[in-house]
Amino acid sequence: MSDPQAPRGDAPGATEHDADVVLEEPQAAAAVSVATADQAAPAGAPAEVEPPSRWHTMFQQIVTGNAIISVLAVFLALVVGAIMIAFTDERVQAASVYFFARPGDTFVAIWDSVSGAYSALFQGSIYNFRRDTFAAGIRPLTETLTFATPLIAGGLGVGLAFRVGMFNIGGRGQMLIAASIAGWIAFGFDLPWGIHMLVALIGGLIGGALWAGIAGFLKARTGAHEVIVTIMLNYVAFYLVSWMLRTPGLLQAPGSSNPKTPPMKETAIFPALLGPQYNLHFGFILVIIATVVVWWILNRSSLGFRFRAVGENPNAARVAGINVKSMYVYAMLIAGALLGLAGVSQVLGTVTTGFTAGIDAGIGFDAITVALLGRSTPWGIFVAGVLFGAFKAGGFSMQAAEGVPIEIVLVVQSLIVLFIAAPPLVRTIFRLPDPSRRRRAVPNVTKEVKAK
Amino acid sequence: MKLELRGITKRFGSLVANDHIDLMVQPGEIHALLGENGAGKSTLMNVLYGLYQADEGEVLLDDEVQHFAGPGDAMAAGIGMVHQHFMLIPVFTVAENVMLGHEETKFGGRLDLPAARARVREISERFGFHVDPDALVDDLPVGVQQRVEIIKALSRDARVLVFDEPTAVLTPQETDELMGTMRQLKESGTSIVFITHKLREVREVADRITVIRLGKVVGEASPTASNAELASMMVGRAVELTVHKDEPKLGEEALVVEGLSVIDHIGQLVVNDVSFSVRRGEILAVAGVQGNGQTELTEALVGLQPRVRGSIRLDGVDLTTESVRKILDSGVGFIPEDRNEDGLVGNFTIAENLMLDRSDGPPFVKGGNIQRGFLAEFARDKVKEFDVRTQGIDSKADQLSGGNQQKVVLARELSRDLSLLVAAQPTRGVDVGSIEFIHKRIVETRDRGVPVLVVSTELDEVTALADRIMVMYRGRIVGIVPGNTPRDVLGLMMAGEQPAEGAAA
Amino acid sequence: MSTTTAQQPAPGSQTISLATTVVTSWKAPIAFAVFTLAALALAVFAPAEGDTTFRLSSPTDAIQLPEITVPAMPTLWVVIVLLALLTGYSAWVVSSKRKVPLWTIVVFAVLFMFGFLTWAAAGASLPMIGLLFGSLSLAVPLIYGSLAGVLGERAGVINIAIEGQLLAGAFTAAVVASVTGQPFLGLIAAMVAGMLVGMVLAAFAIKYFVDQVIVGVVLNVLIIGLTSFFFSQVLSPNAAALNTPPRFDRWPIPLLGDIPIIGPVLFRQTVIVYLMYIAVALMYFGLFHTKWGLRVRAVGEHPTAADTVGIKVNRTRFWNVALAGAIAGLGGTFFTIGSGIAFNKEMTAGAGFIALAAVIFGGWHPIKAALAALLFGFASNLQNTLSVIGSPVPSEFMLMLPYLVTIFAVAGLVGKVRAPAADGKPYIKS
Repeated sequence: MSDPQAPRGDAPGATEHDADVVLEEPQAAAAVSVATADQAAPAGAPAEVEPPSRWHTMFQQIVTGNAIISVLAVFLALVVGAIMIAFTDERVQAASVYFFARPGDTFVAIWDSVSGAYSALFQGSIYNFRRDTFAAGIRPLTETLTFATPLIAGGLGVGLAFRVGMFNIGGRGQMLIAASIAGWIAFGFDLPWGIHMLVALIGGLIGGALWAGIAGFLKARTGAHEVIVTIMLNYVAFYLVSWMLRTPGLLQAPGSSNPKTPPMKETAIFPALLGPQYNLHFGFILVIIATVVVWWILNRSSLGFRFRAVGENPNAARVAGINVKSMYVYAMLIAGALLGLAGVSQVLGTVTTGFTAGIDAGIGFDAITVALLGRSTPWGIFVAGVLFGAFKAGGFSMQAAEGVPIEIVLVVQSLIVLFIAAPPLVRTIFRLPDPSRRRRAVPNVTKEVKAK
Repeated sequence: MKLELRGITKRFGSLVANDHIDLMVQPGEIHALLGENGAGKSTLMNVLYGLYQADEGEVLLDDEVQHFAGPGDAMAAGIGMVHQHFMLIPVFTVAENVMLGHEETKFGGRLDLPAARARVREISERFGFHVDPDALVDDLPVGVQQRVEIIKALSRDARVLVFDEPTAVLTPQETDELMGTMRQLKESGTSIVFITHKLREVREVADRITVIRLGKVVGEASPTASNAELASMMVGRAVELTVHKDEPKLGEEALVVEGLSVIDHIGQLVVNDVSFSVRRGEILAVAGVQGNGQTELTEALVGLQPRVRGSIRLDGVDLTTESVRKILDSGVGFIPEDRNEDGLVGNFTIAENLMLDRSDGPPFVKGGNIQRGFLAEFARDKVKEFDVRTQGIDSKADQLSGGNQQKVVLARELSRDLSLLVAAQPTRGVDVGSIEFIHKRIVETRDRGVPVLVVSTELDEVTALADRIMVMYRGRIVGIVPGNTPRDVLGLMMAGEQPAEGAAA
Repeated sequence: MSTTTAQQPAPGSQTISLATTVVTSWKAPIAFAVFTLAALALAVFAPAEGDTTFRLSSPTDAIQLPEITVPAMPTLWVVIVLLALLTGYSAWVVSSKRKVPLWTIVVFAVLFMFGFLTWAAAGASLPMIGLLFGSLSLAVPLIYGSLAGVLGERAGVINIAIEGQLLAGAFTAAVVASVTGQPFLGLIAAMVAGMLVGMVLAAFAIKYFVDQVIVGVVLNVLIIGLTSFFFSQVLSPNAAALNTPPRFDRWPIPLLGDIPIIGPVLFRQTVIVYLMYIAVALMYFGLFHTKWGLRVRAVGEHPTAADTVGIKVNRTRFWNVALAGAIAGLGGTFFTIGSGIAFNKEMTAGAGFIALAAVIFGGWHPIKAALAALLFGFASNLQNTLSVIGSPVPSEFMLMLPYLVTIFAVAGLVGKVRAPAADGKPYIKS
C-alpha cells in the first residue's frame, strides 16, 4: 500500500529510519549517531562531521539499544514465571488461606517456592553445588550445551530465512524429514566408522534442505506464501513419518509393533566430546561450525549480500539484477539444511536408541523464538540458543526437584520474545529513555515483491 | 465558507515542515498553494484535514476556531479533500466508497445502498460526471476515479474543498475538464484550495496564489504574474529552466526497438507495438502523462517485464528475453522511477547500495567474498565525485534526502561502462540543486557517446534534456518529434492527437 | 476519446480500454491429469474386490432410504473414464484460450471423491449418516476458527494464533464448566479467554507494530505453555473438581431433524453447532451487508482511505480482532464441553492451523471458508470411518489431505485467491 501521508524523499520524516543495530558489526556504532545528522547539516557543509565519542555512543546504545531490552525482557519473563510458580504452589495456597492472620507465612512460602524452583533451574543448567567433584558439578552446563545444540542449529535456519525476508515455520517438518533420513541411514546400513556418520549427516541435511526447498520453490514459482506452506508441510511431514514409523520395512524396528525405529548403529553415532559421562556430543562442534559459516555467508559473502538485499527490499534487488526467486530457493535450502542439522543432531547425538514421531521435541518452534531473541544474527542466535538450552536443561531438573511442570519454560520463552518484540513496552515498564526513532526489533517478514 | 489558517507549525523530529504558516481563503475563491515537491504543502493540508495535529497555530472556519482530532471532525466541519493518491477502496463500488464513513442503514443494520446510489447519481448529474454508482472503482480510469473523490467530498456537503496535486495523473484534456469543474464549484460558493507545483494551471484557474518554500510562506502573487516570477518565488532564486548542452554528436543507432508490446497480468497491452531507436550520443526523451506505458517500457528494456513481444536490440545483440542480470552486464544503466521502491535498499549503507547491481562478480566480489576494502575506497570516491551529502559511506540510504539518494543511484549506474542509460523520472522528488546536477550528468553521459533514454512526465524536463521527443499515449507512440517542439504541440500529443504534418523527426 | 467534451464526458469513452490479450493457465488441466492418473494408479496397482454399499439412513430414522450397492472395480473404471474425459475437455478449453468453467472443477471433485470412496470401502458398507455427522462435528472448531480468521484478516490482521485461541477456549470452558457445573458459563468463559488472546495479538500487532505472524506464532507457544503448565500443576491433581466438564446435550429440532440424511446430520446437534450456523450466517450478512462490515473491509483493504473518511482504523482493527478471538474461543469449547471430554495438553492438535488453511482455501469469505472447513472435517472423519471398516488407505494419508489441499490452494493450483490488500500490514500514522 502506498501511503500518501508517508512523506517521501526530502519531505519531513525522511530522517526516520529503522536501522537494525547489530552489536557485532563495527560500523553499527557509527551508524547510531547519525540518525538525524543528514538533515541537520546545512547544504554545502563538509561531509566530515566529528563523530561523537565512541564511549558515549556505546553508552547510548546500551541504554536505548537492544542489549538492555533483551536483558530486561529475560528478567520480566522470569518474574512472570515466578508469579506463576508461586500462585500454583500448594504450600503457598495453604499459607494464603490464613494470609491475614499470618501474612509472613505466605511470603515465606512464596520465597521458598520461587527460590527453590529457580535454584533448581540454575543447578540443572549451569553448576550443581550439591555434587562433590567439579566434574560432576559441571555436568548441568554440558547438558545445557547439549540442549542448545539443536536449538542453535534450528535458530540459524529460521534466522537466515528471516534475513531473506522469509518466515520458516516449517522447522518441525524439516527436522522430522532430516531425522528420518539420517536415522534410516544410521540404523539400516553398515558402513565404516566416521564415513557412516558422515553419510547419515549429509543425507539428513539434504532431506531437510529439500523439504524446506519445497516452500522456497513454491514461493518462487507460484508466489505461495511460505508461512502457510511451511506450516502445512509440518503436518504432512508428521503424518508421513508417522506412517513410515508404523510400517515394517520402512522405519519401524523389526519385530516391534511400536511406532519406533531400531537404535542407531555405533558407527554412525556422534562421538561424545567430553567422554561417556557427559551427553555433550560432536553435534555441538558442528553447530559452532554452522554458526561461523552462516556468519560468513550473511556478513562477508556475495550470496549473503544478495540474501540481505532481497530481505530488505526485494524490488530493488530485482531491479539490480539479483534473481530474487533463486534467492528464495537457496535461502530455504540452506535454512532447511540447518534445521536438518538440528534433526540429525537429535537422532545421532541426543536420542540414539531409536526415535518416534516426537523426535523434533518442539525444537522447530523453539527455533523461532531463538532466532527472534538472537535478532537473526548468527552469534546472537548462538547466545540465545545457549540461554534457551539452559532453560530446557534446568526445566527438567526443576520438574524433577520441585515438581514445577516443564511447560513453564515455554511460557518464559514466549514471554521473552513478546517483550523483545515490543521494546516500547519494556521501556514503559522500566521507564527507560526512548531513542526517539523507530527501530525494528524483529524482522518484518510480510514484504512481497510487487506484482507485475 | 471562509477558511483561515493562523501560524500553523508542524515539526517532524528536528525538521520543521510547516513554519508559522498563515493562509486565508475567502468563500467562493480558488486559492492556489504553490510550492516545490517537499515544500510542505501536503503537510499543511493534512493538518487542515485533521490527519496531522499541528504543534502550534489554529484553524478557523468562518472565524471560529476548530479542533480536529481526526478527518472525521474536519469533514463534519465542512472540509473535503481530493487526495493526490485517491483514497478509494479498489474492491468497493462507487456507491460503497461514497457512503463509507457516513453510512445510512435500514432495518437490521442493513446498508442503504439505494440511497447511496441516488446520492451519487444526483451529484454526478449536477456536474455532468456520468459515474455509474455500481461500477467497481478498480475498473475505472483515473480521471473517473478522481470524480468519485470529488463526489465523495461533496456528498458530505463539503464547503471547503482541497485538491492535492490533482492533475498529476491527468491528460491535459482531463485537466481542462477538472478546471471546469473547479470553476463550477466555485460559482456554487465552495471555497477551493488548489495545491500544485504546475505554474500554468495556477495562472489559469486561481484567484489568488500563495507560494510556500521550505515550510514557510514566501509571498502572495496574482494570477497575472509571469511564469518566471512564480518560479523564482517557488525555488528562491532565478531558475534556469534549460540545461546548457551542445549539439549532439550523433553516432550509429545503438538501441533498436521493434514492435515491442508489454502485456500485464490481466492481459492488457500496456505497451502496444512500439518501435523506435536511439543513436549514440543522443537523448531520446519519452513524454506522456503518468500511466501511459512509459514505466512498463523502461522496465521491459531492462528485462523486468515478464510478458514481452517484439524485439529489443542493443548494438546488434538481441536482449528481448534476457534476464535483468544479463542486460545489466551488457552495459545498460537503469535509474528506476521509484528510487525508494526499486532503486535503493533503504537499510543498506551507501557503500552497499553502490555495489547493489554488481553483487556477484568483479570488482566487488572475488571468490564469493565481498572485497570490503575495495568497496570502501570506491564508495568514498563516488560520494566525493557525485557530491553526496552524508556523514559517511556507512550511513544508511534511508537517512539521505531524496536528492542525495538519487545521486547514489546515479553514481552506481554511471560508474559502469555503459552502452545505454535508461533514466525514468530521474528528478522526481529531488531538490532544485540536485536536479541541475543530475541533468548535467545525464548530458555528460550523452556527450561521451552513450545513447540515453529519459522518461519524464514533466514537460520542462523533457524539453530541457531531449534531442528528440517521443510521446506515448495509452501504450502507443503518438509521434517522435524534434527536441524543440513547442509545448502546446506536445500537450496535444500527450492527449493522443497526432502531430501536424511534417513535425515528425 | 477525441469526441468527448468538457461538459458531457460520457463514461464509456473515458474508460481506458487498452487492447487485451488472453493469459491462459494450464493449472486446471494439469491438476486434473494428476488426479486422473492417481485414480488410474489405484485401479491398476491396488485393485479392490467386492461391492461397495452406501448406507443412507441409520436404523432409528423415521424415514428409511434404501442402501445403494455398486461393484467397486467397474464403478472405479467408469469414474476414471469420466475423469479422463473431463481432463481432456479442460485441456481443450484452455487450448482454445478460454477459462476452465467452475462446474468442471466441481464435477471433477465429486466424481473423484465418489470413485475414491467406492474403491476405499470395497467389500464393506459405508454409513453415510455417520460419516457426514462426524464430519460436521469435526468441522465445528474448524468453522469457528476459520470465521475468526476471516474476520481478523478482513480487518487487516493475520491471525496465526487461532490454535492458541481454540486451546484457551477449550481450557477455560473445561475449568469453568467443571467448577460451576454449567456448560453455558463455560461457553461464555471460553469466549472471554479467546477474546483476551485476540486482544494481546491486536495490542502487539496494532500498538507495537510487531509482525503479526511472529506474534501469532509466539502466542501459540505461550498458550500451549500456559495451559499445559496449569494442566499439570493445577488440573491434574484436582481433576474431579476442575476437569470433569459436563457436556452439552443434543437438542434435536422437531421436523427438521426428521428429514432424511440432512436431518440427522444437521439438526440433531448441540447448541454449539446451532450457534455455528447462526455465526456463519451473521458473519456473511455482517461483512457484506452492514455498516460494520463495510468498515471492517475498508480498514483491511485500504486503511488510509478509511482513515480519511473518519474511521478509526486501529480501534476498528483492535475490536474486531478481539471479537474474532471470542469466536475462536467459542470454537474451542467443542473439544471439552462440546464433547464431554476432560481438557488435556495440546488437545487442539493443529485444528487452528487447519482453520487457517480453510480461511485461505475459502478465499477470505465466511461461507466458502466454512465449506472448506467442512471439507477438511470430512477428510479427517473419512479417515476415522475408513480405518474402522478396514480400508487399505493408511490413515495418515487421509489426515494429510487438508494440508496438501491447502498447499495446492496457496500455490494457485485451484484458482487464484486474493487476500485483503492490507492484510498483515500495520497502519502507522505519522
